[in-house]
Amino acid sequence: MKTVVVVGHGMVGHRFVESLRRLDPDGTWRVVVLAEENRPAYDRVALSSYVGDASAEDLTLDGHDPRVELHLDEPVTAVDPVARTVRTGKGRDVAYDELVLATGSVPFVPPVPGRDLEHVFVYRTLDDLDGLRAAAQRAVSTAGAGRRAGVVVGGGLLGLEAANALRRLGLSPHVVEMAPRLMPVQVDEGGGALLQRLVSDLGLRVHTGVSTSSIARDHRGGLTVTLSDGTELDASVVVFSAGIRPADALARAAGLEVGERGGVLVDDRCRTSAEHVWAIGEVAAVRGRTYGLVAPGYAMAEVVAERLTGGDGRFTEADLSTKLKLLGVDVASFGDAHAATPGALEVTLDDPVAGTYAKLVVSDDARTLLGGVLVGDASDYDTLRGFLGAELPGDPMSLIAPAGGEAVGFEALPDAAQICSCNAVTKGALVEAISSGEATTVPQLKACTRAGTTCGSCVPTLAKVLASCGVEVSTALCEHFTRSRAELYEIIRVTGSTTFSEIVAQYGTGRGCDVCKPAVASMLATLAGGHVLDGESATLQDTNDHFLANMQRNGTYSVVPRLPGGEVTPDGLIAIGEVARDFGLYTKITGGQRIDLFGARVDDLPAIWRRLVDAGFESGHAYGKSLRTVKSCVGTDWCRYGVQDSVGLAVALELRYRGLRSPHKLKSGVSGCARECAEARSKDFGVIATETGWNLYLGGNGGFTPRHAELIASDLDTTTLVRTIDRFLMFYVRTADRLQRTAPWIESLEGGIDHLRAVIMDDSLGICAALDEQMAAHVAGYADEWAAVLDDPEKLARFTSFVNAPGVPDPTIEFVDHLGRRVPAGMKDGQPTDLAALGLGGVPITDGARIPMGAPA
Amino acid sequence: MTALDERTGTDPSSGTGWTPVCPLERLQPERGVCALVAGEPVAVFRTHDDRLFALHNVDPFSHASVLSRGIVGDLGGTPVVASPLYKQHFALETGRALEDSGVGVATYPVRVVNGTVEVGSP
Repeated sequence: MKTVVVVGHGMVGHRFVESLRRLDPDGTWRVVVLAEENRPAYDRVALSSYVGDASAEDLTLDGHDPRVELHLDEPVTAVDPVARTVRTGKGRDVAYDELVLATGSVPFVPPVPGRDLEHVFVYRTLDDLDGLRAAAQRAVSTAGAGRRAGVVVGGGLLGLEAANALRRLGLSPHVVEMAPRLMPVQVDEGGGALLQRLVSDLGLRVHTGVSTSSIARDHRGGLTVTLSDGTELDASVVVFSAGIRPADALARAAGLEVGERGGVLVDDRCRTSAEHVWAIGEVAAVRGRTYGLVAPGYAMAEVVAERLTGGDGRFTEADLSTKLKLLGVDVASFGDAHAATPGALEVTLDDPVAGTYAKLVVSDDARTLLGGVLVGDASDYDTLRGFLGAELPGDPMSLIAPAGGEAVGFEALPDAAQICSCNAVTKGALVEAISSGEATTVPQLKACTRAGTTCGSCVPTLAKVLASCGVEVSTALCEHFTRSRAELYEIIRVTGSTTFSEIVAQYGTGRGCDVCKPAVASMLATLAGGHVLDGESATLQDTNDHFLANMQRNGTYSVVPRLPGGEVTPDGLIAIGEVARDFGLYTKITGGQRIDLFGARVDDLPAIWRRLVDAGFESGHAYGKSLRTVKSCVGTDWCRYGVQDSVGLAVALELRYRGLRSPHKLKSGVSGCARECAEARSKDFGVIATETGWNLYLGGNGGFTPRHAELIASDLDTTTLVRTIDRFLMFYVRTADRLQRTAPWIESLEGGIDHLRAVIMDDSLGICAALDEQMAAHVAGYADEWAAVLDDPEKLARFTSFVNAPGVPDPTIEFVDHLGRRVPAGMKDGQPTDLAALGLGGVPITDGARIPMGAPA
Repeated sequence: MTALDERTGTDPSSGTGWTPVCPLERLQPERGVCALVAGEPVAVFRTHDDRLFALHNVDPFSHASVLSRGIVGDLGGTPVVASPLYKQHFALETGRALEDSGVGVATYPVRVVNGTVEVGSP
């Protein structure tokens, strides 16, 4: 067996190994990977998300093949191309038959005095971001969010990503760019000007046409950055993102030829000047030219993998198209963006009001598309890029004029048009995968062609390709129902069916599953009413609805009493506290202004609720796909800025919509003034007070894909406001897919929020009377689910540890004390949480705020 | 374990002892209950066609004792229960996980004697 040694496990090294494994299914190659970093390859393109919601694990590129010998934290320190061995940082010599250099690049740090100071970073690895995060958190914790600045040196693509990261970390970012505009490589002057305006509106301070002269420590422990025009900026951190240089030191030391501007010189087969040594990715200079994007690196990885398995791949011209969303601003650039082709013409549409800029570069006869720049709105990027080098179907201006994208059908794209530039997948390849029957869904298309698996920006286009091939994306609920949730809802509404058995027998097949049963249960709850545990309904409910509590990872439940609008009386607080103490529950305040009680055994739930109901509480529906919370600020009651009674409205809305079963959970908020302390715009329906009424925002959410709600109407009086929300909720319940939150639902409506406004405010479909009637029925039919259970011995019988030994506690449930917190035994894997041992969090929580955790009394 | 065995009526001297669990009508079709059988938690299910199944109650993916609280249905005609935590499906007949055939839970014999459901040794 022959051995290939791969130096470096970045995205390109990972791709090479993956491709080789695919092309060498019999395992004729032994693969040894020597990696400098202490973690396997991760998605560096998505690096910025690491300061947001993503963990290192989320970014890890999938599927480590056990047949690959991956040595982390073991960089290669020397190569001997004659003996065909490499020496590693651990002093080992590893022999190879073929060697692939994929060492990537290192950030370029200009020789600015002070660049070695503490709190000066580069932006390249997860470790860099960990350091940056720690420094930013220290600065924010002493001064507050937004009060300390961070300076990013370099206003290119990566610099703006870094600025976004600083902003997410609570620092106020400055960007210093030597060129006269941001992203000088990708965009032209007009696009750069708009980009600067849009990101400045978002709070970035941009300094173009200046360089950084020095960085010095100031007397308070911060940094002072001096620019070439004399400007001094106070900053807590400085990040260099002024470009990259190929990490070619290893190759130079081994005597390999390098390019004039660095990089290991390779030919179009990625062969270096030494036999049996290849170079791919950012370290490679293909015929002297280096590439700092992942797509050309992937192409090189494929070339070498093919070469080692008898193929004859060659690296051809690389696609340097870029599309990204920076701080919410779309920026795209493709082909000859700077009109360098002799005779090229530029067609520009600059709309400062809409905040969009589009430029197409066309051949001298205006018939062939050569390139373009889009800023502010890049929705036509995939279509336009598909026409690169091809004859245009019409006047270039019509392609970028408003609604121009619709004028050009996807069908008009040539087969050679590249849809996924990261993985070089053409429209032709996608169409073939579809017509051969290999792929009938977007996930299948991704799996078999790899399109959309790197940056993901072409995924919406994949759905269009499927549609253009006549494949309808299935809306079937599951294997038991070929109909969508909305269609089933209509069937149940019209036929008046009241049981799942009846519905599955008549309109489905089999006996149902954990997908369709809860979905039908939710529709029946809205349309037929009744208790969720009545009769057959009980068998349809997810465990949370079945036990009216939220199952936690050890099989115990959490309990959330409703506190409408987040209001609670002192006596109420005491009652909740006593219940928590008496049943040994861990207590935590939720983001929705509730008190969550954790660790309740299933057989303790009725006794816990007896006490809560007696104290005047009712179910908070934290377990249901239903209205969870309406959060509020104190409004005119207390706040000197409040202009309306936000608490009063929040309580009224919560009492009106409590218990409404819906396709997904619903959250709401009411703010008493434009300062928006209730964070209403991150809710499914959010209300913000104005001097004369209420503004209503729809379709916001936090979670995996945070979204701001969109304004649907302003200055509404309270009656109109409530009526509009009534109709919004009922229209959503009626037409959304299972587990589709309001934001994607609105997006899926043809015409989006405008269509929604027409339906619920102008009654364009003539259904408002029916929606109003349904909501009235819901409000009139509400009853507390927990109170009903406590009054019904048959329902109570479910809440038992063992049907044949009701008094015996479940012996598998154990709790441990973890740094003063009562938690389920058996920690989950994760970051070390003994922060005191890391020198963090040494100050204990005030004793008064800590409830002693004993065994249940 | 003696105390538990007495409480659940298992005859510890016999490897094939049957533990009475509950009256048949206590089992709602397509929903489970949890029983204590020789000290082990066992999920007992009744399907729509009145067949009875018993599986060990501990979900091997989450290690929590919860399978009896899952939704019962069928996938491709196979009767299954879905774990309420991470939703893997276990075939009621074999205890195998549909998502990963290398993972499964023990199954137990079940019978009805004079209207009482009884669970045997695995």
